[in-house]
Amino acid sequence: MTAPLLTVDQLTKRFGGFVALDQVSLQVAQGERLGLIGPNGSGKSTLVNCISGTVPISSGRVLLDRERIDRLPPHRRAQLGLVRSFQLPRPFGSLTIADNLKVAMLYAGKPSSDSIHDLLALLGLEDKAGRLPRELTQIEMRKLELARAMAANPRLLIVDEVMAGLSHAEVDEIVELLLRLNEAGVTIVMIEHIMRAVMAFSQRLVCIVAGRKVADGDPREVTGDAHVLKAYLGE
Amino acid sequence: MTNLRFGLLGLALIVALWLAGRLVTNEYVFFAGYAVAQYILLATAWNLLGGYAGYVNFGTAAFFALGAYVSVAVNKLFEPPLIVLILVGALASGAVGLAMGYLTLKLRGVFFSIATLALAIVAQAVVTNWEFVGGSSGAYLLRPTAGPWGGSYVEYLFYVMLVMAVGAVVLARCIERSKIGFGLAAIRDDELVGEAYGVPTLRLKLLVTVLSGALMGMAGAPLPFYVAYLDPPSAFNLAYAVNTIAMPLIGGASTWVGPVIGAVLLTAVQETAMVTISSAANLMIVGLLMVLFISLAPNGIMGLLRGVRSRA
Ligand SMILES: Nc1ncnc2c1ncn2[C@@H]1O[C@H](COP(=O)(O)OP(=O)(O)OP(=O)(O)O)[C@@H](O)[C@H]1O
Ligand SMILES: [Mg+2]
Repeated sequence: MTAPLLTVDQLTKRFGGFVALDQVSLQVAQGERLGLIGPNGSGKSTLVNCISGTVPISSGRVLLDRERIDRLPPHRRAQLGLVRSFQLPRPFGSLTIADNLKVAMLYAGKPSSDSIHDLLALLGLEDKAGRLPRELTQIEMRKLELARAMAANPRLLIVDEVMAGLSHAEVDEIVELLLRLNEAGVTIVMIEHIMRAVMAFSQRLVCIVAGRKVADGDPREVTGDAHVLKAYLGE
Repeated sequence: MTNLRFGLLGLALIVALWLAGRLVTNEYVFFAGYAVAQYILLATAWNLLGGYAGYVNFGTAAFFALGAYVSVAVNKLFEPPLIVLILVGALASGAVGLAMGYLTLKLRGVFFSIATLALAIVAQAVVTNWEFVGGSSGAYLLRPTAGPWGGSYVEYLFYVMLVMAVGAVVLARCIERSKIGFGLAAIRDDELVGEAYGVPTLRLKLLVTVLSGALMGMAGAPLPFYVAYLDPPSAFNLAYAVNTIAMPLIGGASTWVGPVIGAVLLTAVQETAMVTISSAANLMIVGLLMVLFISLAPNGIMGLLRGVRSRA
C-alpha cells in the first residue's frame, strides 16, 4: 500500500467544555474514495474544518504527505491541494459565478486545462457565468460550491453534503462527476447523508458518532456494523 | 482597456489639463482644482482598503495629517524639493499603516473601524504636543511665490496633486483587475472562505493598509504649502475622515470610478454650499447625502447606473 495522503492522528476538538471530536484518527490513501457518514451533529463538518484549518484543533496532528499541516494557515493548506466545500453554500456574494471560480483558480489552482467555462458547463451552470450568486437557486448554489472547489485544482477534495436537495438524477450526475474526477487522480472524501450516493461512490466508509470514530472499513461491513445501526436507528 | 492604455489616457488627461491651465488667469481655479484632486487621491486611497477589502478606516485624518506634519518637520530641517517631502510623507504614513495593520487587522468589521478612530485621536494628541512643528499653536510656512517652472506656486501644487491623483486612480484600477483585486474582493465578501481557497488574507490586508496609508500621506505632504498655516485641529479635521468615506460610498465603492465621481461631486457641492450657505452647512450636507445613499442606493451612483443598464 502506498503512503497515506492524509493522516489525522488523535485529533480532538473542544468548543468550550463540549467535546466535538474525541481522539479521531484516520488515514486517506492517495487516489482513494472515502465516504464519511454519521448522524446530524456527530462532528463531520467539524472534522473538515479542523483538517482545512478553518477552526484550530485542540490537540492531535494532521499530516498531508507526512508533513504536519495543522499549524499552517488555511490558505497554505489550500495551496498544497487540500480543498473543501462548505456544507452551507458560501459564495463570494459580490462576484459573478465565473469570478467565484476565478478566485479559487488564481490562488489555489494551477493553470489547468479546465477553463472556468468548462467547469461551469460540467455542472450545468454555463448560462449563469455572469450572474451573481444571489440569483441562483439553492441547488445551483451547491453546484457552485462544487465547481469552485474543483477550480482550486485539488489533490484531496472534501465535499461536505453537496448533494443535499438534489433530484435523483442530479445525484447520479454528481456521483458520476466525482468518480471521473477521482479517475483523473483526485483523492476524494465524501460526506453525505444520501446513502445511495455514498454506497455508489465509496471504496471505504468511516462512521463518526458523537465525535468518535465507531467504524472504518468496507462499506457493506460498516453499514451492517452494530454501532452504526444503533446510531442511525436508535436502540 | 489594458492597464497601459488606461495609464496613457491618464497621462493625456494631465497634459490636457495642463494645456487648459495655460489659459487660466484666476488663481482660485487652481485652489479649487487642488482640493478636488486631493480628495480624488484620498478617496481612492481609502477605497483600496474600504471598498475593495471591506475594511472601513475612520482614521484618514491621521495618515493625511501625518504626511503634512512630517513634511513640515523635514522642510524645517533641510528644505528639500517638494517631491522629497512627498516621498517622506508616503514612507511615514505607510509605516504607520503597517503598524496599524499589524495591530488591528485581526479585528473584524466594526472593531477595526473603532481602532482606526482611536489611532486618529492618539496621533492628534501626539502632534499637538510636538513642539518642533509648532505644537498646539500651529506652524507657519512661507509659500514660495513662484513654482519651479514659472507660474504661481499654487498652480504648481495643483499639477503635483493632479499627477498623484491620476497615478493613484491608475494604480487602483490595475489592482482592481489583478489577482490582488480578486483576493481583496474575496476578503470583503467572506474572509474565511477566501482563506479556504488559498487567499493569503492577512498579507493582502497588510499590503493594502500600507498602500492606502502611504497614498494618504502623499496627499498630506503638500498641504502645509497649500494652506500656509497648519495647526492640529485643521490637519486632523473630522471632515477629512467623513469626506473620504462619503465619496466612495456616494460614487460606488467596488470600482475605481466610484471615488472619482464621489470626490468631484462632493467637493463641488461643498464649495457651493460654502459660498451660498455657510461653511457649517458642509458636513451636514455630506451627512445627509451619506444617509440617503446608504439607505436608498447602497452601491452608490455606479450601482444605480448598473441597475438602469441591466433593466434597459
Ligand atoms: N463553532 C462552533 N461552536 C460551538 N459548537 C459547535 C461549533 N461548530 C460545531 N459545533 C457543534 O459541534 C457538533 C458537531 O457539529 P458538526 O457541524 O460538525 O456536525 P455534522 O456531523 O457536520 O452534522 P450535520 O450532518 O448536521 O452536518 C454539534 O453539536 C455542533 O453544535
Ligand atoms: Mg455537517
